[in-house]
Amino acid sequence: MKTLRRDPLVRGLGLASAALGVPQVARPADVARGIGVTAGPRQRTATLAVGVRELAAAGGLLARPHPVWLWGRVGGDIVDLALLTRALRRHDGRGLGRTALATAAVAALTAVDVYAAVTRTGRGSETTLTATTTVSTSPEETYAFWRRLEGLPTFMAHLEEVRRTGESTSHWRASAPFGRTVEWDAEVTEDVPGSLLAWRSLDGADVDNGGEVRFSPAPGGSGTEVRVTLRYAVPAGALGRAVARYFGEEPSQQLDDDLRRFKQAVETGEVVRSEGAPAGKRARGEFPQHPARPLTPKELKETLS
Amino acid sequence: MKATCWMGPDSVSVEDVPDPSILNGRDAVVRITSTAICGSDLHLVDGYVPGMQKGDILGHEFMGEVVEVGAGVDRSKIRVGDRVVVPFPIACGACAACRARLYSCCENSNPNAGMAEKMFGHPTAGIYGYSHLTGGFAGGQAEYARVPFADVNPLVVESDLDDEQVLFLSDVLPTGYMAAEMCDIGDGDVVAVWGAGAVGQFAMDSARMLGAAKVIAIDREPYRLEMAAAQGYETIDFEDTDVRSALLDMTGGRGPDKCIDAVGLEATHGAPHVALYDRAKQAVRAETDRPHALRQAITSCRSGGVVSVVGVYGGFIDKFPVGSWMNRSLTLRAGQCHVQRYMKPLLERIERGEIDPTRIITHRMPLSEAPAGYELFKHKREDCEKIVLSTR
Ligand SMILES: NC(=O)c1ccc[n+]([C@@H]2O[C@H](COP(=O)([O-])OP(=O)(O)OC[C@H]3O[C@@H](n4cnc5c(N)ncnc54)[C@H](O)[C@@H]3O)[C@@H](O)[C@H]2O)c1
Ligand SMILES: [Zn+2]
Ligand SMILES: [Zn+2]
Repeated sequence: MKTLRRDPLVRGLGLASAALGVPQVARPADVARGIGVTAGPRQRTATLAVGVRELAAAGGLLARPHPVWLWGRVGGDIVDLALLTRALRRHDGRGLGRTALATAAVAALTAVDVYAAVTRTGRGSETTLTATTTVSTSPEETYAFWRRLEGLPTFMAHLEEVRRTGESTSHWRASAPFGRTVEWDAEVTEDVPGSLLAWRSLDGADVDNGGEVRFSPAPGGSGTEVRVTLRYAVPAGALGRAVARYFGEEPSQQLDDDLRRFKQAVETGEVVRSEGAPAGKRARGEFPQHPARPLTPKELKETLS
Repeated sequence: MKATCWMGPDSVSVEDVPDPSILNGRDAVVRITSTAICGSDLHLVDGYVPGMQKGDILGHEFMGEVVEVGAGVDRSKIRVGDRVVVPFPIACGACAACRARLYSCCENSNPNAGMAEKMFGHPTAGIYGYSHLTGGFAGGQAEYARVPFADVNPLVVESDLDDEQVLFLSDVLPTGYMAAEMCDIGDGDVVAVWGAGAVGQFAMDSARMLGAAKVIAIDREPYRLEMAAAQGYETIDFEDTDVRSALLDMTGGRGPDKCIDAVGLEATHGAPHVALYDRAKQAVRAETDRPHALRQAITSCRSGGVVSVVGVYGGFIDKFPVGSWMNRSLTLRAGQCHVQRYMKPLLERIERGEIDPTRIITHRMPLSEAPAGYELFKHKREDCEKIVLSTR
């Protein structure tokens, strides 16, 4: 299960778009002449427009890969083929060979784009979640609390265990639906004490994922603004669908709740429990809750275990 | 233990439930000696507050003796054996809201904050016995209660005052006081108070204490108005009087300088067609709250005055007199009471004899009779103003 981000074909197409787009935007007249087309104002404008589109596709494919950019390329290819066919029909003969060659190249590229779009659609896709909160501790203290990765499971609902395995590596285990668990190794990719922590899963992860937390001083020195971004691949296949549904309950609500519990833990030293939501982090805000009355000894044992 | 439970709208019963125990390190368990029924509880029993579940323990006004404290409790603040009054909002003491002394807006104490946020835009504090929207905390109309953040919240009472003299520090006395304090009362101010329940009565006492020249009580229960009159306050019975004209009359045409809404979402209206209009809207959920007192307070208030709202609202209202509020430079202030702010200074006033909280108590009964108490209080039978339940 690969993310589009690390898919060589997708990256290749993104780089190809960039390679085409830059000269088209920078020197539209030369490009038009290069493919054997008269460089009149109409042709120059068309070339410039095509270049802008290529750069957009390049940006999309490289920065936020998604099948929609691949289909965008297919659509662009069709427009290009139409323009070139028109040029061929009205050709004055000078440089006809180069125009024909360009047309053939675009046709071939179209085939690759269609292949990529078809095969990459409905496979894995990536989901990004963000959440933010303000806590009354300093950026340094707040960062330090998060940096102790082993402590994350106390407030992050799905995490069961984070174990340190090296200087910058750790092993993570999270609960998945139907009593399953998913595991992965992760490495810290950026670490700026008091301001930034980023990590990503290493090859072989059950679910590719990564994230970052930014810590910045709140206005007036009144604490720390914490911004979390989580990315994970929603993989294809049965497990993938289950994971998607699982996270899909209300994924952003869950991250909000995780962050709320983080705030509770940092500020008060504990995750707050009530009779209605006695399990602390396992309380998923679902209804009905436990009634607002004390738990029986048996319930208590189950909850606190 | 025995506990008063919400079994559905209009259904309260005393049930056998497990004894509470420590859930968090900073909890204490309190053996309750006295507890009270509040106007807020009626909103739950009448089915106007969402997020109640069958079997929830009611009650947020209680006091008693500490019988257990968690390992994480700061024992210089509270110990086993201490006699404590417990404030109804649960505060963590550490978040920005608590540091700003806005305890009822604590950012950490409501484990169901996500739900509250959907309803209110931002979450609010946990409250005992007051729906799962405010956290799903077991209430205090019971023999025992678990008290979170025990080193932040309860007031330790060292003097030998009776339970009845200090019990209302848990809610209605500070709430009435905060209602008056939010009015920024100046010399010569006339203060009108809608609702002559416990909260309204204490708002009147506090307004006078803070310097009001004249206090006017508005209600339709003759015995409640008499209770206010006995303290020297003027009264308006809204059942048979047009409130706005009466207020203009009593203030030389100016209108009260400061107005307090101590009624909330279940207000009734003297004019049957107006009452019916909002009742129907509420029934079909076109509005969740009936804002008669609030509308009247806004339109009656003198230009530039303050409308202070402690009556509870839960959702949305219709026909809010926004033009009156905006064009006449009114200030609207509101809040669930930040009880922790007021407990100590008010305890000192009680100790000095400046306030007598017991004046509002009309009924005393054992906890086991709570359901009958709810009936009396809800239907205003036997001139019921405030019921204290005791476990002894
Ligand atoms: N803000 C807080 O922290 C806080 C704390 C406690 C109680 N409360 C709220 O304060 C309100 C009063 O509490 P209480 O215990 O005194 O309740 P209560 O039910 O004893 O008193 C309410 C009174 O309002 C009167 N009333 C109804 N409609 C009216 C109208 N249109 N005009 C004038 N009076 C009218 C009723 O006759 C009744 O006497 C409730 O909404 C309660 O939930 C708020
Ligand atoms: Zn109350
Ligand atoms: Zn707080």
